[in-house]
Amino acid sequence: MNALSALGEALVLIGTFFYFLSTLGLIRMPDVYNRMQTSTKSATLGSLGVVIGTGIWAVGNGMSWAWIVQTTAVAGFILLTNPISAHTLIRAAYKRGIPLWHGSVVDKYAEHLAEKSPDEEVSE
Amino acid sequence: MEEASRASKFAYTVIVLFGIWLLLTASLDTQELATGFVISLIVAALTYDVFTKAGLANLHPKRVAYAIAYLPYFLWAMIMANLDVAYRVLHPKRPIRPGIVKCRTVLESDTGKLSLANSITLTPGTITLDVDGDSYFIHWIWVQDDVLKAKTDEEHVKNASRYITQPFEKFLRVIFG
Repeated sequence: MNALSALGEALVLIGTFFYFLSTLGLIRMPDVYNRMQTSTKSATLGSLGVVIGTGIWAVGNGMSWAWIVQTTAVAGFILLTNPISAHTLIRAAYKRGIPLWHGSVVDKYAEHLAEKSPDEEVSE
Repeated sequence: MEEASRASKFAYTVIVLFGIWLLLTASLDTQELATGFVISLIVAALTYDVFTKAGLANLHPKRVAYAIAYLPYFLWAMIMANLDVAYRVLHPKRPIRPGIVKCRTVLESDTGKLSLANSITLTPGTITLDVDGDSYFIHWIWVQDDVLKAKTDEEHVKNASRYITQPFEKFLRVIFG
């Protein structure tokens, strides 16, 4: 069972590494949109690694197989719900009128909004 | 896709809820199973109408097979994209070229559009900002050259869709229609 423990520990380590990366991205990225990119995403793989790694690690330490099944279910729910909150946050940021970073190259959404209602401001 | 009958929707909801119960309890004890089944019936009776439109048709073997095949494909795409974003975060020069691009989808059902939007958001480097009809507005951390240099709107949409929506669509079109 020690191979399982090692695998679980490795997954938790990888997950922690991705948590670290997302925090670093939070500091390094220039605007709210790019910070969302790194923070919400790396956190997904980080959570998956830590959660599933915990399950495998527990089985490796002689606990019941139910651990893997349950942690996998939890991981599945993280995968289903995480993107909704990410989408809501970034949409709210845009609707609130927070400008894109000056290095951004294209904004098709502003064009689309302008086409739909030419006389309204985007931030309203 | 037309709506399924009430019985079909109810049965599908019970099956999904009971499956979730099995995963969360991870036990084959008779008492656990009986309790879970009864609770699944009650919850399904209250929620089946909002839970699903297609009912048992969702469990068509071809759809289930594609859904199972989609999982490793998607996880692989997610891991590769995560490494890509990790590279952008760690690189001293911070090589990002963000922008909001427009994509078009061939999916028609609401569930299909939702899962496509979720898949895009879960893949690092792209977040779905808004969906309007069959248009997706996506914040992209590195807008590719041929999307950036596209001369017309049509070309832009076509190139962006090739990078972002099409890899997922071939699976999702079968799974959700």
